[in-house]
Amino acid sequence: METENLISLNEFCINHNIEISFIESLHDNGLIEITTIDTTIFIDNGQLEKLEKIARLYYELNINLEGIDSIIHLLRRISSLQDEIVILKNKLRFYETYD
Amino acid sequence: MNFIDYYNILGVDKNATQKEIKVAFRKLARKYHPDLNPNDPNAKRNFQQINEANEVLSDPEKRQKYDQYGKDWQHAQQFENAKQYQEQSSDRQGARSSETQFEGDFSDFFESMFGGTASTGRSRQVRFRGEDFNAELRLSLMDASKTHKQTLTVNGKNLRITIPAGIENGQTIKIPGYGGQGLNGGPNGDLYITFSILDHPKFKRLENNLYSTVELDLYTAVLGGEMTIDTLDGKVKLKIIPETQNGSKIKLKGKGFPVYKNEGQFGDLFITFSIKIPNNLTDKQKELFTQLSKL
Repeated sequence: METENLISLNEFCINHNIEISFIESLHDNGLIEITTIDTTIFIDNGQLEKLEKIARLYYELNINLEGIDSIIHLLRRISSLQDEIVILKNKLRFYETYD
Repeated sequence: MNFIDYYNILGVDKNATQKEIKVAFRKLARKYHPDLNPNDPNAKRNFQQINEANEVLSDPEKRQKYDQYGKDWQHAQQFENAKQYQEQSSDRQGARSSETQFEGDFSDFFESMFGGTASTGRSRQVRFRGEDFNAELRLSLMDASKTHKQTLTVNGKNLRITIPAGIENGQTIKIPGYGGQGLNGGPNGDLYITFSILDHPKFKRLENNLYSTVELDLYTAVLGGEMTIDTLDGKVKLKIIPETQNGSKIKLKGKGFPVYKNEGQFGDLFITFSIKIPNNLTDKQKELFTQLSKL
């Protein structure tokens, strides 16, 4: 299996000074996905940003995993609403200026 | 450089206990943390302010120095010298907070008083991702209709980016790694560029379609004929059917705006006809119109 876009969990945890058990609990709570190849656990590169955000919320703000799950969900909704606002603003601009 | 009222920033009284400071800081940190305020350019600044306030007020040594010399910060160095003298004759008993501290940039005021270093009482040394940068880039409608390269200067660094045709007004793209430098060897932040597409005098855009109003003379509108109109990629000849009504629309398929990241796909161009009534009529023209009206 291709491991090009995968980062070893061990390497990630050393670099970020995070306990492996923390990542495992995120996985158990359905917050991130991990991949196991030949007994080595990997994280997909695309999840790195999300994982770093979760780590910041957990360690910097002492937010528990249930809280983080809700925050991630709400941030996703904010992002989708912001995209919708851009589309609606463009529509409004069009109708305000179109003769 | 101005004095910064850290008590005011945390919203606590000057006699606040460490517990009250901790509670106030935690509350504000959750409110202003940049991860919880996406696309808010002030979030990082607000967060740094409360972080800095906490850095000072949660550390008894720094708090004492701030309380004594805060408003008169220029004399803080004298305080330091006097303290060093005292320390030579007695053991230092400075208490350190074991609370996890945040790192970040500090104000000139803070650096002047405390030398710009955060407390060492971190319970966990984390590699922090750098700050995300936000920039706005203005493009004309014509520029936005073509895939092109553009060089930007971000924080003194030149960056050449490819802007795909069809980018939307208000759309934001992310350039990974071009934000602020990471802390403790952490990765760099990202650069977010929001595009602002300027209005075009002839074409209005709605998603991938373009709209244009074209003036049509009365005679061609009534009798039909041909006319040449502008599109984004040049002029096209249009056949006008007889009895074209004022305000009627036609659609030119595929003559609209390019679809973002879908090469070769275009929206449509909608033309609205605005019939121009002739003015300054000659006597002969008036007579003919009168005859026409009586038919």
